[in-house]
Order: sequence, then C-alpha cells, then structure tokens
Amino acid sequence: MSLVATNFYGLVDGSDSSLKKFLSTLPGVDQVGAEARAAMLATRSIKTTSKRWAIDTAISMVDLTTLEGADTRGKVEALCTKAVRPDPINLAVPHVGAVCVYNDMVGIARHHLDLVGGNNIPVAAVSTAFPSGRASMAVKIQDTSDAINAGAGEIDMVIDRGAFLSGDLIGVFEEIVKIREVCGEKAHLKVIFETGELVTYDNVRKASYLAMLAGADFIKTSTGKVAPAATPPVVLVMLEAVRDFYAMTKTRIGVKPAGGIRNTKDAIKQLVLVNEIAGPEWLTPALFRIGASALLNDLVMQRMKMDDGYYASPSYVTID
Amino acid sequence: MTFEYAPAPESRSSVSISPKYGHFIGGKFVAGTKHFPTINPATEEVLSKIACGTKSDVDAAVKAARKAYVGTWSKMSGKERGKYLFRIARIMQERAREFAVLETLDNGKPIRESRDVDVPLAAAHFFYHAGWADKLEYAGLGTSTKPHGVAGQIIPWNFPLLMLAWKVAPALATGNTVVLKPAETTSLTALLFAQVCQEAELPAGVVNIVTGDGSTGALIVNHPGIDKIAFTGSTEVGKIIARAVASTKKSVTLELGGKAANIVFDDAPIDEAVEGIINGIFFNQGHVCCAGSRLVLQENIADEFLEKLKIRMNKIRVGDPMDKNTDLGAINSQEQLLKIRELTIAGDKEGAQRWSPECALPSKGFWFPPTIFTGVTQGHRIAREEIFGPVLSVLTFRTPQEAIDKANNTPFGLSAGIWSEKGSRIFWASQQLRAGVIWANTFNKFDPTSPFGGYKESGWGREGGRHGLSAYLKGFSHE
Repeated sequence: MSLVATNFYGLVDGSDSSLKKFLSTLPGVDQVGAEARAAMLATRSIKTTSKRWAIDTAISMVDLTTLEGADTRGKVEALCTKAVRPDPINLAVPHVGAVCVYNDMVGIARHHLDLVGGNNIPVAAVSTAFPSGRASMAVKIQDTSDAINAGAGEIDMVIDRGAFLSGDLIGVFEEIVKIREVCGEKAHLKVIFETGELVTYDNVRKASYLAMLAGADFIKTSTGKVAPAATPPVVLVMLEAVRDFYAMTKTRIGVKPAGGIRNTKDAIKQLVLVNEIAGPEWLTPALFRIGASALLNDLVMQRMKMDDGYYASPSYVTID
Repeated sequence: MTFEYAPAPESRSSVSISPKYGHFIGGKFVAGTKHFPTINPATEEVLSKIACGTKSDVDAAVKAARKAYVGTWSKMSGKERGKYLFRIARIMQERAREFAVLETLDNGKPIRESRDVDVPLAAAHFFYHAGWADKLEYAGLGTSTKPHGVAGQIIPWNFPLLMLAWKVAPALATGNTVVLKPAETTSLTALLFAQVCQEAELPAGVVNIVTGDGSTGALIVNHPGIDKIAFTGSTEVGKIIARAVASTKKSVTLELGGKAANIVFDDAPIDEAVEGIINGIFFNQGHVCCAGSRLVLQENIADEFLEKLKIRMNKIRVGDPMDKNTDLGAINSQEQLLKIRELTIAGDKEGAQRWSPECALPSKGFWFPPTIFTGVTQGHRIAREEIFGPVLSVLTFRTPQEAIDKANNTPFGLSAGIWSEKGSRIFWASQQLRAGVIWANTFNKFDPTSPFGGYKESGWGREGGRHGLSAYLKGFSHE
C-alpha cells in the first residue's frame, strides 16, 4: 500500500464522516460564471509560433485511443505504429503520450510498441468494468491486475456513478483506494468520472477532490461513450481543483479530458484552459493528456499546413 | 516549456478614417470651423481632426432637429419609425467589424471587448427600441404618449458607440429628434454612425451630431430650442447641468458616477466571485460608471480570496488593444491617467497597501497596470472617490449588516454586486442596498430590456427597458 493511500495527504482519515466533512468545505460552482469564463478563454487567438508550439505539445499529450468491440490485433498494432510516428514522412513530429486500449489488448499493444520503437510510450488500459463500472469489486480488481500484468503502465478506471449519485461517496472513495493499491508503483492511476452522468459542476468538483484524496494520479472527464464529455467548463472546474489541491498538498495531479475533442482548434482551447487556469506547470504530458482518436490526424494535418502553407489532401495523412 | 501567445492583431483595413471631420447636421456632413486632434491613446498617433462645435453649429443642428420633428418625425406612425430603427440596427450589425476596430483605435479599449460587448449591445439597443416604436401605448405609460420634441444628448468617452445607442434609440423610438455631442476624445464612431443614418435613409435632421468639447456641450444644455437634456458623464458636470436646466422647462436625465460595492460573502462560489471581481473592476480599464471599484470582502475568507485574486490578476494581459488576446487596454487620455495617478498616490499616502502584478507597459500611450489596494477603510479617499481606472479598493466586513452599511456609505448609488450561494441572503441584501442596479453572482451584465440608472449622486432617471422610455415622453419625472 502506497503512502498516499494510507494517510490521504493528512486531509481525511478514510472515514465516511471525515470525507463528507472535507467535501462540504468546498465552495460551490456558479454554473453561469464557470461557463462564461470558459467561453471567454475560448476567444483566445493562437497564431503562428504559438500555434506551432501548441500543436506539437498537443500531439505529445494525446492518449491515442481505440475502445471498440470490433478492435482486433491488426487494428491495435496499426494504432501503435501511428502512436510512435504520427506522420511517417516527417520524423520531427513528436510521438503521442500513450496508447489507450481495452484490457485484453494491452499485451498486444505493449509488444508492438516495443517492436516499432515506442518502448517509452506507456500503454493505458481502461479498467474496473469500463465504461459502466457495473461489476463486483473482485472483478474490478482482477480487471486491473490483469492489465498491469500484461504490461499496462497506466490504468484508466471508471468510478461507480450510481454510488456517487446515491450519496455513497465513501463507497466510491474506497473503490479508488483499492484500485490504487493494486496499481502500486507499477501503474499510474487515472480516475474517470463520466461527467456527462454526474451532470452538475458541483458534482465534478466534489468527485475531483474525492479522487485526488483517494490517490489518483490523474482525474479524467469521460469514457468517450457518453455525451456531453470533456466540455470546456468541466475541464475548467477540474483544472481549478488540481490547482487548489496543489496549494494544499504541494502535489500536482494531472487532468485528462476525453471525448469530443476532435480537431486542433478544440485541442488548443484545452491548452489555453490549462495555461490560464492551472498554470504553465501543467503543460506537460506528465500532467495533461487528451483522450482522443480522430484528433491526432487533424493535428498532423494542421502541422503540415503550417510547414507547407496549404492544406494537403487527406491522402497524405495515414488513416490509422 | 511556456505557452506564449504570439501577437494576434486585428486588421485595420476595415476602416477608413478621414484626415478631418465636420458635423452631421440636417442629414449632411458640414464643415467645421476650428478643429482639434483625436488620438489613439495606445500609441498617441493622431487619427484625425475633429471639429469643435460653435454656437452657429449648435443653432443649425437644433434648427434642423426642430424642422425634422415638426415636419416629418412627429407625424410619422410608430410603425414607420420602427422600420428606420430596425434598418439602423441591421446596418450596425453588418458593419460591426468596422465599428469595433474604429472604437478600439479611438478609445483604447481591447478589440475583444468592442467586438464582443460594445458593438453587439449597441445594435441590440436599436433592435429593442425598434420593437417599442409602435407599441408605446402598451408600455403602461398612458394611451396617448407624447415625445418632448428635440433632445440634446451628451455622451461620455468610455463606451462611445454604446452610450450613443442608449441615447439615440429610445429618443427616436418615442418620436423625438436629437442633437448629440460625443465626447471630445472619442467622436469617430459617432461620425461613422452618422454615415449609417444616411445609409438607412433616415429623414434629414432626425439625428444631428455636433462634435466638440465641454463648451459645445454647454451650448447644447443652454440652448432654448431644446426640450430635453440627456447626459452621461461625471457627477461634477451633472451638477452643473442640473443647475443650468433648473430654471427652464427642459426635462433632464443624468447618468453619473459610481463607487460600487462588490460584496463577497463567505458562502460565495469563490472561483466565479474572483472572476466577477476581475470583470467588475478591470473591464474597460475600469472606465465604467458602474464598475465594482470597492471589494467588500468577508474578513474570514479575506486572505484566501485575495491570494486567488492575485493569482488571477497575474493572468491579465495588458497591452496593444488591437491584439485579440488583450484583456486590459490603454487609459483613454493623459488627463484621465493623471487623475488615476493622483488618487492612487493618495492611497499610498493614506497608508493603504498597493499591489500590481508584474507587467511590462508599452512605452508610448497612456497605461496603468491592474492594481489593488488592501487595508482600505471608509476613511480613505480611494474608498470614496471615483477613480475611473483599473484600481480596486479592498475593504473587509464581519457581519452581513456591516457589509450593507459599508456598501451604502457613499454619496453614489449606481450599482452593487452580491456574491453568495444562499438565495435568502441575496434577496435580503439586494433589498437593503441603495443602488439602481444590483447584480447577484455576476457583474457588469447589460441588456436593453433592463433599466439602468442611479440613486443619490449617481443620477436621475433610468435608461433602457420600459422605464427608459418614460425619460423621452412628456409627463414623467424630472421635468
């Protein structure tokens, strides 16, 4: 059991009452104000040198994802190659942050990444009965340890939204603590809230602190299976949470928006949020990731356009 | 790794500025006699030369307005008047970029604000009042409403086009004709608006624009041919106007200064309250009559709140107003900059603690960094006098009643803000506050449907909404 999981940063003692008491001290989020702030930051105009920097940074933050029932060895291997060389004709393009797959694909992904020169790219496995989180604790633990044993360096677990919405916050907390124990030092833990099901910003703030206290390395918006997902105000509230948690604990927790970020413009808006809310310290793949699949090709295409001055035909970008 | 935003300047190509302007009288541009320069306060570049209206210019404008009132506008049906207002509103939207760029060049405000606030709201005021023109008898102001006749309107430099819209739209909708004088330092968008009037084929003389300084304003205020005065500006000038019209039949509305309290209770949504304080005082460089220039903060959260406020202030981007990423632009004039300096030095001398984020200010033009003063009490000048700049005075309170007492302890009463997640507290506080506009969990929100105006030395009458119509109709207050 890691140190964090035993003392919870000294902020709670692991009991229901201490958790409830801590969460009740959090100020509310005014919906209108939070949305207005996010909308204002979306008007930032990112051009020329700063756009080039933002595109490369965004590429390095992509958790390149395939989470389909139809995933096959072939599909996952192709994705891994793409992760290492997003643009095979321009090796100056950085590799992505991680490859994100289902539990049974972890071994294949790990093996293939190592084969194609991506041994520094971690495999992230979605876990704990992704995407619904509806399974027994024993199954969730097995799901996680299977993935770690197959070589997953990152675990993207889902929280039990039913428990959260019914008020069983300690139940959610204890699940995260248990999965944190399973991850140990072997895997980074990302905790997915499915903000589209939590609905209110107050819930997003509460879930953020709950997960951080329980030992999350990253807090993540969504599974990608429910809309709305990583909307700018949701990400804003989560970035405020990691910023303020750092002020309390001197520990920086990462943020991963996932779902609905499909083009360069959206990705750059996310980076502006990071820069102006959490601060520039978070502008690294170690603390900010973007869960996406189609986004990568748009980033590559916009990068080509900045080099060449014109948009290339989609034929010049690899499909997977 | 740093994320520096490269310059993203808006293009100037959408505007063409003449080297010299005259007045707009009787539907035509007429030459002025003497001129003064108008400059871009961000660069001190001379943009054009503006005519200083003389007695004969004002006489001609009033005569043209009277002729248009008697001959055309007072005889026209409300429905027809409304058509012209709709037309003006649409043309303003079509030429929105031109208006925004010109406003930013002449005023110094960030292009983001002129583009997203000033110009859309100005068009919205014309749309809203266009709708009222043929429905005045249903406004609850009597079934046979009558306009005053010729309205003399004097507007300030902080929101040049928007204040023009606040004045001209209701006047025209209710059947008045106008003689308008824009502020000395910001005449260009009013002169562009004159072109819009021509493009909309508004009957000659319904809108007349005479540019000039305070002396031109005095000629309008004291002109016997004017039936109503509408003024927005300083309380000092407002008092002079009130005295001048006291012995006449002129009706008057005044929109004057403020020293608004933005009250943050300990149960506020903190992050959004920080944002609201920032917006309340740094929007438009604090050149806002209803600016939330006093932060009245509950003492038990003061340290934590001020820490967050400072972190947020570090993110304010000060600089070229034409850059789309600029948050805080230039101070409108040298004169205003000196006034801000004088008051902030008084703040230092009286023992308040000044803090500004580190920010490089351009070498040319008029600039003042975003600034807060802590340790301010009711006895400080910076807690009582309107600074009209990006300067926030922070006061603390212990109980809700103390917050209200401090907020109301001012000769002004234009606006106030309340930050709390507790509905009952918001209702209680808003009933106690003596201010014309009260925002809860937001600040500086404007809408044409909402009346705006002050208590005490902040003014007489209301602008906007149904209440604003009455200011341009006979038989209501301040006649």
